[in-house]
Amino acid sequence: MFEYAPAPESRSVVDLKPSYGLFIDGAFVDPTDGGSFKSINPASEEVLAEIAEAGAQDVERAVRAARTAYDKVWGPMPGRDRAKYLYRIARLIQERSRELAVLESLDNGKPIRESRDVDLPLVAAHFFYYAGWADKLEHAGFGPNPRPIGVAAQVIPWNFPLLMLAWKIAPALAAGNTVVLKPAETTPLTALLFAEICQQADLPAGVVNIVTGAGDTGRALVEHPGVDKVAFTGSTEVGRAIARSVAGTSKKLTLELGGKAANIVFDDAPIDQAVEGIVNGIFFNQGHVCCAGSRLLVQENVADRVLESLKRRMAQLRVGDPLDKNTDVGAINSAAQLERIRELSDAGSAEGAERWSPPCELPEQGFWFAPTIFTGVTQAHRIAREEIFGPVLSVLTFRTPAEAVEKANNTPYGLSAGIWTDKGSRILWMADRLRAGVVWANTFNKFDPTSPFGGYKESGYGREGGRHGLEGYLNV
Amino acid sequence: MSERVAVRKTYKLFIGGKFPRSESGRSYLVQSSNVSLASRKDARDAVVAARAAVKGWAGATAYNRGQILYRAAEMLEGRREQFVALGIPGDEVDAAVDRWVWYAGWADKLAQVYGGANPVAGPYFNISAPEPTGVVAVVAPERPALLGLVSVIAPAIVTGNTVVVAASPSEPLAAVTLAEVLATSDLPGGVVNILTGAITETAPALAAHMDVNAIDLTGVTDASLATELEVKAAENLKRVLRPAPAGHDWSGDPGVTRMTALLETKTVWHPKGV
Amino acid sequence: MTATTTSARSDLSELGRSETALRTFLHGLPGVDQVGAEQRAAQLGTRSIKTTAKAQAIDLAIRMVDLTTLEGADTPGKVRALAAKALRPDPADPSCPHVGAVCVYPAMVPYVAEVLGGSGVHLASVATAFPSGQAPLEIKLADTRAAVAAGADEIDMVINRGAFLAGRYKEVYDEIVATKEACGDAHLKVILETGELATYDNVRRASWLAMLAGGDFIKTSTGKVPVAATLPVTLVMLEAVRDFRAATGRQVGVKPAGGIKTTKDAIKYLVMVNETVGPDWLDPDWFRFGASSLLNDLLMQRTKLTTGVYSGPDYFTLD
Repeated sequence: MFEYAPAPESRSVVDLKPSYGLFIDGAFVDPTDGGSFKSINPASEEVLAEIAEAGAQDVERAVRAARTAYDKVWGPMPGRDRAKYLYRIARLIQERSRELAVLESLDNGKPIRESRDVDLPLVAAHFFYYAGWADKLEHAGFGPNPRPIGVAAQVIPWNFPLLMLAWKIAPALAAGNTVVLKPAETTPLTALLFAEICQQADLPAGVVNIVTGAGDTGRALVEHPGVDKVAFTGSTEVGRAIARSVAGTSKKLTLELGGKAANIVFDDAPIDQAVEGIVNGIFFNQGHVCCAGSRLLVQENVADRVLESLKRRMAQLRVGDPLDKNTDVGAINSAAQLERIRELSDAGSAEGAERWSPPCELPEQGFWFAPTIFTGVTQAHRIAREEIFGPVLSVLTFRTPAEAVEKANNTPYGLSAGIWTDKGSRILWMADRLRAGVVWANTFNKFDPTSPFGGYKESGYGREGGRHGLEGYLNV
Repeated sequence: MSERVAVRKTYKLFIGGKFPRSESGRSYLVQSSNVSLASRKDARDAVVAARAAVKGWAGATAYNRGQILYRAAEMLEGRREQFVALGIPGDEVDAAVDRWVWYAGWADKLAQVYGGANPVAGPYFNISAPEPTGVVAVVAPERPALLGLVSVIAPAIVTGNTVVVAASPSEPLAAVTLAEVLATSDLPGGVVNILTGAITETAPALAAHMDVNAIDLTGVTDASLATELEVKAAENLKRVLRPAPAGHDWSGDPGVTRMTALLETKTVWHPKGV
Repeated sequence: MTATTTSARSDLSELGRSETALRTFLHGLPGVDQVGAEQRAAQLGTRSIKTTAKAQAIDLAIRMVDLTTLEGADTPGKVRALAAKALRPDPADPSCPHVGAVCVYPAMVPYVAEVLGGSGVHLASVATAFPSGQAPLEIKLADTRAAVAAGADEIDMVINRGAFLAGRYKEVYDEIVATKEACGDAHLKVILETGELATYDNVRRASWLAMLAGGDFIKTSTGKVPVAATLPVTLVMLEAVRDFRAATGRQVGVKPAGGIKTTKDAIKYLVMVNETVGPDWLDPDWFRFGASSLLNDLLMQRTKLTTGVYSGPDYFTLD
């Protein structure tokens, strides 16, 4: 046997403060009512820091600061100078990427391999990409003189804390808006470190404001009348509530919500790569991915073979300490999320699907869930319909391409889909018919700042990334 | 020799390529004509017809859709006098014809302008292309009766959406006459469905309908109704076009935003390898 | 695919009888997506192997080295020195294991055999008109028989790439069968020369072809063309031996050769073996490195682990 010795990434690059204030108008300030909450390491339940909770008055302060910065500094600033601030931020992120990656893994529970090799490179790339747009907006296809919208309220989820921040802040600032961003209550730390980076970059005060807190803070922010634009990434349920709350206002809204993607494997697929794609599709980031390939649709005549390979591959997944460089699957982000994953998985068993996990020892402290697949699932099962947002894969079979399309589209969601086949014309035929904003053919869970991302149907509207990503932040 | 007795037109709904009366059997009087007063069930039937038409219409070639929109312009040109007789100014009819022509030409160009290749940092082919969102409910503006109507229908359907239009309650005759134009333009049944009657009755049903993908509130003038419709639309996260500002100029360059607001962007990735 | 269904087990031996059957089978194997395979290989390359795991990996890698010299300038003196090093790679440290084999040209086999004797270090010889394979079959077989007669217990043959690329699979198959027969009791390693096969699909087909024809090992490269062993090529070959065993019950070894120069490289391969085919292959009987300079780097890293200080080339023998 070849046992890998522990290979922990050092925590010493991160200098955690015992408590963090709100970042408003360029400075860290105490919340008006002094409320706070704790951010914990989901892998150990250790308290990482005490975080200020922004109340309505704090949100008011932040929106006012953003408005002033928009009117006086950022709005009038030439695009080329906005660009240089964004380039500066991109560089600082690269320079401090190890620190950010370790902090992300501590606060979120995701493996350091992913925060180091996926999240952070994409974060920096996103700022670089949009930096270049800041002085070229008139060439972006939105008319000769596209104008920013004003103050953007941005609420982001806990699954890719810093990457979602980048997806929100980079295009907003490039287009000339100022922002008030609320990170998720379980993962505020990298956003607060990002605030420090804004200070280090000498970004003018008020251009970026970070208000920490939970649902109430988010609601106060998106419902604030001084906000011109609302961008939200998170659950469809909250997205719906936000869509209702902006009804009748002039606020522009973009939403990136849930998903229940089908990953479709045909009998002529490159099987070994398909298995990698299935694993990456559902176990990447513990399955805390809105575009996760959570429904495997496999052609019936290769189902046994694919499942056998998949199980063998799953047995190689290393579950455990997120800071160990060899960990593949880290901790579930919170007790609440773990509870939801358990509840839906139990429902899967109760409804008669067959459950399988590789033998794997889970740590005693922290929140953990073994990589799991359910076979014998039908479209009627809850685990085939509801977003689990965890490392749980539902396996269904199909016989013909048309049946695969029908099953894939048979959901209120429409964020992403995967196709695995060696036949080019079939890929294009399928891609045309799948109602999803991103279609990965012979690959899965790939992201790039130039590539628009976003959903059909109840997965939300608007696109993030690419030229399309500017549209949500311009007055067009 | 006695004067010939004219044959009058019955103004009915336009659903699935047919002209049914309201299932409710109701009508209301406009310019001495009885016009169908559509019910919520008519709205539901129209959505079913619109949904059934999506596959064929969205799947048609862009060239084909452009041809059909151009055909609508031809048919409208030929019926100019009918609209004038309804009180529509001649130059508005001309502008409406020109608008069909303008949008017809977009059918096979928008994907090139609005989509394209994305230079991702890796060995992948990556392309974004617009696709129709599906079934669009439209509340048509009251004025200009014909140009306004054409200006909301054409951008929705040119890209492959199908529509259920709640026509202006005060201008249903132009709407039904336009339906007759469309019925003779090779437009497949169900691509455009037109409901006449009360917006307050049909629009809420459409806004709440879970099989409608988007709602265009352009013609809603009552702010509280607009809010109510937008709230209903949130239930399945319909794409929403908010009401046009009062005094919106329909004669100017429409731009592409009425089209792009009703599109989804699909991005496809594929590895490049040997 | 038929490859892993149990009913196929009895069928596979019949495949070599007809060109059509071979072609149908080989072209029915699942394709390999280049980008996906390379990404998986790169991902495995990010494993961090430290301390005890590294020590274990280094000793295993040393035991897997086919210490190789295949130069026109090879002499009895040169290969004797190499064989001596194979027996005691680190004369200063008796706990250091010996390598897996010494690999030389047929003419050099007798001199190596003198040194290795019954040491347990295998004696491999390239044969079959290595490296091009462009000789009449009779000469290739004679080459093989001569090497075995001189004392080689492992034969590294090259496949006929020209025939393979031209689609004459049966010709390639028959040559391997004939060579295997000429080997007698010696183990046969079949060099695919993956650098000339151009695609991973071809690598997978050639791997299966070699296994179907009776090869005991499949080996990436001669080391004589610009592209030698790579991680993704080895990944595809490991998948092939894994699937072949599932289909037939017979285990076949894998030998990447050429271009593997550092301990870091070698460990990446071992991680790949571990996570692709598992511990059954983590043994010199089933996995080898065709290398020369790799050994000294392994020895230097081994010393670093024991002493805590970095060593230098002056402290290790040059052969």
